[in-house]
Amino acid sequence: MTELIERDDATTEPPAAELSMQQAINRALRVLLAEDPATLVFGEDVGALGGVFRVTDGLQKEFGDQRVFDTPLAESAIMGMAVGLAMNGWRPVPELQFDGFAYPAVDQIVNQVARMNYRTRGAAPMPITLRLPSFGGIQAPEHHGESLEALFAHTPGLKVAAPSDAAEAYSLLLQSVRSDDPVVYMEPKARYWDRGPVELREPTDPIGTSRIVRHGRHATLIAWGAMVHRCLKVAELAAEDGVDLEVLDLRWLKPIDAAGLAASVSRTRRAVVVHEAPLTAGLGAEVAALVTENCFRDLAAPVQRVTGFDVPYPAGPLEPQYLPTIDRVLFAVQRTLEY
Amino acid sequence: MDHLPADLTRELYRHMRTARDLDTEAIALQRQGVFPAYVSVRGQEAAQVASASALDSTRDFVFPTYREMAAALAYGVEMVGYMSTHRALWHGGLYDVMASRFGAVNAVVGGPVPHAVGWAVGERLRGDDGVALAYFGDGASSEGDVHESMNFAGVFRAPVVFFCQNNQWALSVPNDRQVAGGSVAARAEGYGLPGVLVDGNDAGAVYEATAEAVARARRGGGPTVIEALTYRVEPHSTSDDPTRYRDGAETARWRERDPVTLLRRALLSAGHAAEADLAEDDARAREHAARIRDGVAAAPEPDGSDLFTHVFRETTEELSRQRRTWQEEVEL
Repeated sequence: MTELIERDDATTEPPAAELSMQQAINRALRVLLAEDPATLVFGEDVGALGGVFRVTDGLQKEFGDQRVFDTPLAESAIMGMAVGLAMNGWRPVPELQFDGFAYPAVDQIVNQVARMNYRTRGAAPMPITLRLPSFGGIQAPEHHGESLEALFAHTPGLKVAAPSDAAEAYSLLLQSVRSDDPVVYMEPKARYWDRGPVELREPTDPIGTSRIVRHGRHATLIAWGAMVHRCLKVAELAAEDGVDLEVLDLRWLKPIDAAGLAASVSRTRRAVVVHEAPLTAGLGAEVAALVTENCFRDLAAPVQRVTGFDVPYPAGPLEPQYLPTIDRVLFAVQRTLEY
Repeated sequence: MDHLPADLTRELYRHMRTARDLDTEAIALQRQGVFPAYVSVRGQEAAQVASASALDSTRDFVFPTYREMAAALAYGVEMVGYMSTHRALWHGGLYDVMASRFGAVNAVVGGPVPHAVGWAVGERLRGDDGVALAYFGDGASSEGDVHESMNFAGVFRAPVVFFCQNNQWALSVPNDRQVAGGSVAARAEGYGLPGVLVDGNDAGAVYEATAEAVARARRGGGPTVIEALTYRVEPHSTSDDPTRYRDGAETARWRERDPVTLLRRALLSAGHAAEADLAEDDARAREHAARIRDGVAAAPEPDGSDLFTHVFRETTEELSRQRRTWQEEVEL
């Protein structure tokens, strides 16, 4: 399989591998560890076990326990350690095992990682990529499924990425880790095992750009992470009724691609933003505001939001009702079309 | 003092004397309205100067919180830039953190401690022999980050010195309401580290304890916890009223144990200096402190564009847009 990461021969296009998202992230980490000896992967259970989702599978064996290592169970110290390592010239890629366990580390992430470049007027850059298994959809126990994107996107000094499929996961991680700015890289757990073609090549779109995953004329569905896949299903169903939906994968939640959003919504004149996090003060509000500011004259209807409810993340049996269902998105599409 | 070299003890004295005078100047600047607030280091000069002097500023790295002025001075930090943080010209200070090898001023008191562990682990991974020293206080010793850091350092055998200046008051809360288990040094045992309790007003004792911990860390012997028992003789900050929570007699007793006076006496009795030498040191310290005071009082305020300059290494379109909006408003 090593021929798949051969990047020296510029004359041949690398073949597309059929990979799960979890494998694609693993491939990206291999590339990153191989290309820069300053890159370090660490966290809880990332070594011998290869991570609870096996994302770091085999990395310790290949790169040794100095480059890929387990830490004691303490999220704040994991992120604080990343700060010190960065100040000593390393490029840390810490993993926090589940999104709900990022809360104990919020002080280090928000007060330290995000601000150190600013506090030191550029003397101490923080090239840290926090890998954070994120969002719901796997009926996990409490604290194992959360949507923290608004918290981190709201924090000055952090960039936030959320891939939606295996190919995106590969290229967004390469960009995140190579960036000298700190990035919170939110991996949608529900998509870890979904396979797709991954061209193991260099990312071409700059940081902060969105992508259109389906072109359409009647309305734009805006989503990120696992909700992109759900929106594609909605678009397929809507197409059966003659409704032609565009699906935009935001993929960078900070910086947000305001121009890309505006271009799509100006064409379709209608927008529905779909996310897993609770409604109030969620990132959907930011998206709606951006669309309104930039496309007010083109809009034929107010921007609709389909989100999780303003409730603590529910237990497994209720999760399917909490997450935006296909029907809820379809109703929102109907509302915007009938406005 | 007899067992330490004369030139070292003289240097400790000069730094402590300068820190004392600069502290006095800083309080005056606050009274004059130049500093919005200031946190005095008076009484803690021995703990800070002697520990910082046991480090090698060409290869070690210090992680301070916010009351480490005397340590910064002894470590060779550019002091106008350092004191600028007290004039609120820039959070974190205006000195070059990486060039000084002295971390940014940080008010989350436990926050920088895991940074020291990360730095130290990074040093070992590279095969270099630098040592990280984290300053924190008795209040910070209650923070989870400090405990997590000691455990991490024990597990990784990281070359880090945890230096607790126990000044006995975490703002208004006394030691016995802050530190369970008797002492901060006693906690070290639970993490498998050596823990040392030292008289923080005795510069010689602090220097020796720190030098030993640094030497152990440098040769691969792992981390140490040092607790320097001292006292914050001034209020917590210039905004604080300690008469509401502590007995003035206690403060008076500690003023009698003034570390500068103790060192002065020790130097004279050890024959490391004569009265005339120390008088000369005192005069130089006063001048040095006055130069720093004048420098920080005259330092220019940051330019408004600095608001935006260092948020990211690669700025974003949105931030550039906000910067343009700010510029337009400024130019109106």
